[in-house]
Amino acid sequence: MRELLDILEQNAKLTAAEVAVMTGLTEKEAADAIAAYERDKVILGYKAMVNWEKTDKDFVTAMIEVKLVPQRDKGFDSIAERIYKYPQVKACWLMSGSYDLSVLIEGKHLKEVALFVSEKLAVIDGVQSTATHFVLKKYKDGNMIFDGGETDDREAIVL
Amino acid sequence: MNSPEKYIKKCIRSMPPSGIRKYFDLINEMEDVISLGIGEPDFVTPWQIREAGIYALEQGHTHYSANAGIKELRKEISTYLKRKYNVSYSADDEIIVTVGASEGIDLALKAILEPGDEVVLPEPSFVAYKGCILASGGVPVSLELKEENLFKINPADLEAAITENTKAVIIPFPNNPTGSVMTGNELEEIVEVLKKKDLVIISDEIYSELTYGFEFRSLATFPEIRDRLLLVNGFSKSHAMTGWRLGYLCGSSDILKHVFKIHQYALMCAPTPSQYAGIEALRNCDYEVDSMVAEYDKRRKFILKGIRDIGLKCFEPQGAFYIFPNITSTGLTSDEFCEGLLKSEKVLMVPGTAFGEGGEGYVRATYASSLENIKEALVRTGRFLRGL
Repeated sequence: MRELLDILEQNAKLTAAEVAVMTGLTEKEAADAIAAYERDKVILGYKAMVNWEKTDKDFVTAMIEVKLVPQRDKGFDSIAERIYKYPQVKACWLMSGSYDLSVLIEGKHLKEVALFVSEKLAVIDGVQSTATHFVLKKYKDGNMIFDGGETDDREAIVL
Repeated sequence: MNSPEKYIKKCIRSMPPSGIRKYFDLINEMEDVISLGIGEPDFVTPWQIREAGIYALEQGHTHYSANAGIKELRKEISTYLKRKYNVSYSADDEIIVTVGASEGIDLALKAILEPGDEVVLPEPSFVAYKGCILASGGVPVSLELKEENLFKINPADLEAAITENTKAVIIPFPNNPTGSVMTGNELEEIVEVLKKKDLVIISDEIYSELTYGFEFRSLATFPEIRDRLLLVNGFSKSHAMTGWRLGYLCGSSDILKHVFKIHQYALMCAPTPSQYAGIEALRNCDYEVDSMVAEYDKRRKFILKGIRDIGLKCFEPQGAFYIFPNITSTGLTSDEFCEGLLKSEKVLMVPGTAFGEGGEGYVRATYASSLENIKEALVRTGRFLRGL
């Protein structure tokens, strides 16, 4: 039921009854499908997309390129796990190309991120090098435009 | 009559103003209105089409184009019609790129109508047909589309509406405002009638991309009537390009070479940057169109259930982005319903009577609006109904 997932990915606040109407399922079928997806971790959770820039929260985000030495039998997985388990790590991807892991870190300020990289990340066995890139501005994330998205400027009635 | 109005020709002077004019005035004085009265997509034109338009401007494509439209676009239209609907029109002399599909309708009527010629017009339908017929000196003859027939054309009714004075028939499916569609088999039945009659067929297929659980068939696929069929289509609804004013008119070259003269003298050409954007739209935007259709479909199901849940009888639309609930159970006229709903709950729907007399007892709401708007409008409409 790809359609159900597409709908919820766009708007997680819809109820099972509402999703059912849009997909042609009964309410029970939709609720059961959602429950199954949650159980199987196809749906991992439901969160709000917050534009923190509009709040008084102080934070910085950095994208860190990490080069690793793969381990016998385990490849990159066990090192990646040691990294992504830190709560400061918001996202972690294994990449193709000139580096191996892309790690998204969030901290209160630049120094906190720098310390995390030098004291926690860079010293992990198997980490060969890191390159830290601070995020200056988020334009779009999670398929959402952060500022100045398009508004409905249609005339209320035409003809 | 001494007013300078006297200079206006009679058929224009006697043309009634739009039936929804008062709603323009009412809505201007109100805030926070949820409008389900708009006949255009809520989606902004897909970015890659906009980008192609911007690029055209950057490249300096700001001049008149060939009168019939850029050759490349006409070729794309020809390819698209073949690919999508198995319809064949030559890019050389059977396609005119128009300023919106509306121009196509107007051109067709202007070119064929002599004063007093009758045009069979299924109603309820798009408000501009009647105006264009009247402006061309024609006489609209209403062919009532009935809810019991799912707002489709009944072949016997069609035959009865055609007289020796009938010059043209307009076939507007998928239909605005009802959302009704006609299947291939149903079209075959009306083609049986049309092929026996000596008249022009204007098929307005502007909503051809917007169908749900239904495979659209173009009237232009019927060879029996192709020579005297004018096919109207465009980019406004399918590609969310209303403001670009881009459409096309297709027909046999014997007809089109004359229609073309009016277009050439009156409008020169469709906006050139829009035409470049149109090439991108037809060439590379199937995914974007499909995504919009999928989104409309979800809302369609949602609003249909919602309208029924709040107690209105409603036919299931399978095309366009309108729903046409039957409001006779309220005891109100369409106009009373819409004015009451607007004033008390700030929800705008359009009275069915705006689309012809046969629209009495119905209102048109569009689901080309966000799901949040639709939900809220349904809550408010439900409250309005309970308060009656």
